Formats: sequence, C-alpha cells, structure tokens
Amino acid sequence: MSKLNIFTKGFFKENAVFVMLLGLCPTLGTTTSALNGLGMGLATTFVLVLSNIVVALVKNQIPDKVRIPAFIVIIASFVTVVELLMQAYLPNLFEVLGLFIPLIVVNCLILGRAEAFASKNNVLDSAIDGLGMGLGFAMALTILGVVREILGSGSFFNFKIYPGDGALVFVLAPGGFIALGFIIALLNKLTKQS
Amino acid sequence: MASKKKSSFINMVVVLFIVSTIAATILAFVYQATKEPIAKAKLEKKKKAIGLVVPEFDTVYSPINNMFKIALAEGDSLECYPTKKGEEFSGYAIKANTSKGFSGTFWIMVGFTPDGKIYKTSVLEHKETPGLGDKMQKSKSNWSEQFTGLDVPNIKDIDGDGILIEVKKDQGTIDAITAATISSRAFCNACERAYIAFKKIEK
Repeated sequence: MSKLNIFTKGFFKENAVFVMLLGLCPTLGTTTSALNGLGMGLATTFVLVLSNIVVALVKNQIPDKVRIPAFIVIIASFVTVVELLMQAYLPNLFEVLGLFIPLIVVNCLILGRAEAFASKNNVLDSAIDGLGMGLGFAMALTILGVVREILGSGSFFNFKIYPGDGALVFVLAPGGFIALGFIIALLNKLTKQS
Repeated sequence: MASKKKSSFINMVVVLFIVSTIAATILAFVYQATKEPIAKAKLEKKKKAIGLVVPEFDTVYSPINNMFKIALAEGDSLECYPTKKGEEFSGYAIKANTSKGFSGTFWIMVGFTPDGKIYKTSVLEHKETPGLGDKMQKSKSNWSEQFTGLDVPNIKDIDGDGILIEVKKDQGTIDAITAATISSRAFCNACERAYIAFKKIEK
C-alpha cells in the first residue's frame, strides 16, 4: 500500500464513522453542533497519531496476550496528558471541549487502529494512518454536526441562518441516529454507483 | 508482519509493570507541571465571573481574599465574594450550586446589589444538554437576561410555598427554556439558594 493510499483510505473507503461505524458514542454525543464535532475530531486525531506512533514503537516488546491492556494504558495516558495541558494553557478551548476529552479514551477507533494497523506496521506508516483516520473521523463528525445544527438549531457554525428553534429531535441522540443513517445511506448509494 | 513476542507469565507481568510505571511517571510529571497554570486559569475564570455579575467595584478590596462561606445547612455552604466601592459594600457575588440539574450538579455565580436585587448572573460549570439546557449560558441565548435586575425581595409568592424564584409552570415569574424545564428549574433553584445565602449576610 502506498503512503498516499494509507492516508486517504480514512476519508472514504474506510471512514471510521460512515463505513466502519466505530466510535459512535462520542460521535452522537458531540455532533450537536458543527464546531463541537470539529473540535472533538481534531482532539481525537491528535491522540490517535501519538498513540499509533508509540504503539508502533513498542509493538515488538509487548507480549501478544497483554497487548490490549498495554495499548489502553498508553492511550489513556495520552488523553490525560492532553486534558491537563489543555486545561492549563488553553482554558478557553477546554471550556468548549473539556466535557468530551475523557470520551476519547473509550473511542474504539483509537484502540481499533492500534490493534489493526499500528501493531503490524512501521512507525511512519502508523503515523500516516493515524493522521488519515483521525482527519477522516473529524470530517465525518463535522458533516454530521453541520446537518444536525442546521436542522436542530437553525444555525451553521453558530451563525443563525433561519429564525426559530428548528426540529428539536435533531439536537437529541435519536435525531443523531436518524441523521447518521441517512448520511450513510446517501454515501452508500453514491459509492456503489461509481 | 512483525514477529510477535511469545507470552510467558514472567514477561507479561514485567511488560505491564514497565508500561504502567512509565505512564504513571509521565502523568505525575505533567500533573506537577500543569498544577499551577490550571489553578491560575481557574482563579482567572472566577475573577472574570465576579466582574461580570456585580456592579463596578474598587480592586483595592479584593473579593477573592475576602471570600467567606455562608452555611445553608449542615455540610452545605456557598462561597460569597463581597465587593466594595469606596467604604460601602457595593455588591456580593455568590457562587451557588444546585443538584437539580438535568445532568448533575452545576455552578453559577449570582451577583446581588446590597438592596437584594440580582445584578447579573453567570454560568460557571455545567453538564446540561448541548442545544437545550445549555441555553442558560449567555453565549448560547439571552434567556438568562430575565434574571438581570430581578427584584427578588418584591416578588409576590403566589402559591405561598416560600420559594420566590420559580418558573411559570410552578406559579413563578420566570419563563422556562423551551424543552428544558428541568434545567430552568435548576437555574432558579440555584438563584434561590444564592438569595437565601444573601439574606443570611445581612443579619
């Protein structure tokens, strides 16, 4: 697989949310607005790249049977470090994203990439994979966030585009599932035709 | 594919021990390094919130250093930050919490002028539903404007339950947020608690 292939597969062919349906808990929780979705996506990307690099570095030292607990410790450490640093030096961003940071630990996308890719490939490829997968995740969250924000709150990246409250259901989790389902159906139709 | 290391009891224990030790060391180091900046950022936030909810005051008399606690009940007390303009007390910022929120406890700062009117309010920390309950934040909607200048001592208690700040559904005076009555009630409850605390200062 070429480096470019590794990078781009995260966007469409193996997109974490739309194709593999991984990490749905943070997806539904954070995509009530486009900005929250984007922020969560970028924070996840950051952790994903770092954890992929470290997992690829230590993969040959870790006995097969304890690899999952070891990966989880590594991922959880990175998440905590990110949370502390953000709280200390970027308090404004933390105010927006703070609630969602601990959710990154339970995002199976990260453990999934550590297990399926980083534990079998070299450091550079793992970093590229983390970046591609993470940005693909961020893209998916932003798209879902935009749809839910327009339908649910009548605004786009916090700019009001029509007066009133919009359809309340799209702000809540059930609306998130409905919107996600329609987006996946649409994407499947588009990709199957080509 | 890289060759996997064979698992034996010894190397599993050793590797997990080493991984955890390294992780713990890094976390301890980062925690130490960020402890002060985090405390500073929190203090800044508190100062900003105080500045937002009370009338203009002299900074010579520091509200942070003169903070005192008001006990509402056993093991339940609120922090009060008094402010002075000249020699007179010009306002009291009370950090009030409520456990009646939709997703647990949240904290707001309520500013009172000495005559018992609410000057302004500000949300400190909350976990209410994004898009619904979070409309109590000034940045999300102007719902909390209703509390600005609220003349609490002169509110008529229609249903006679002794609670002054209530939503209209409970025979009060406050319009609840659409589809977030629980969050609105909780916000009123926090203001009410702050007012009870305020009345205790006067005595």
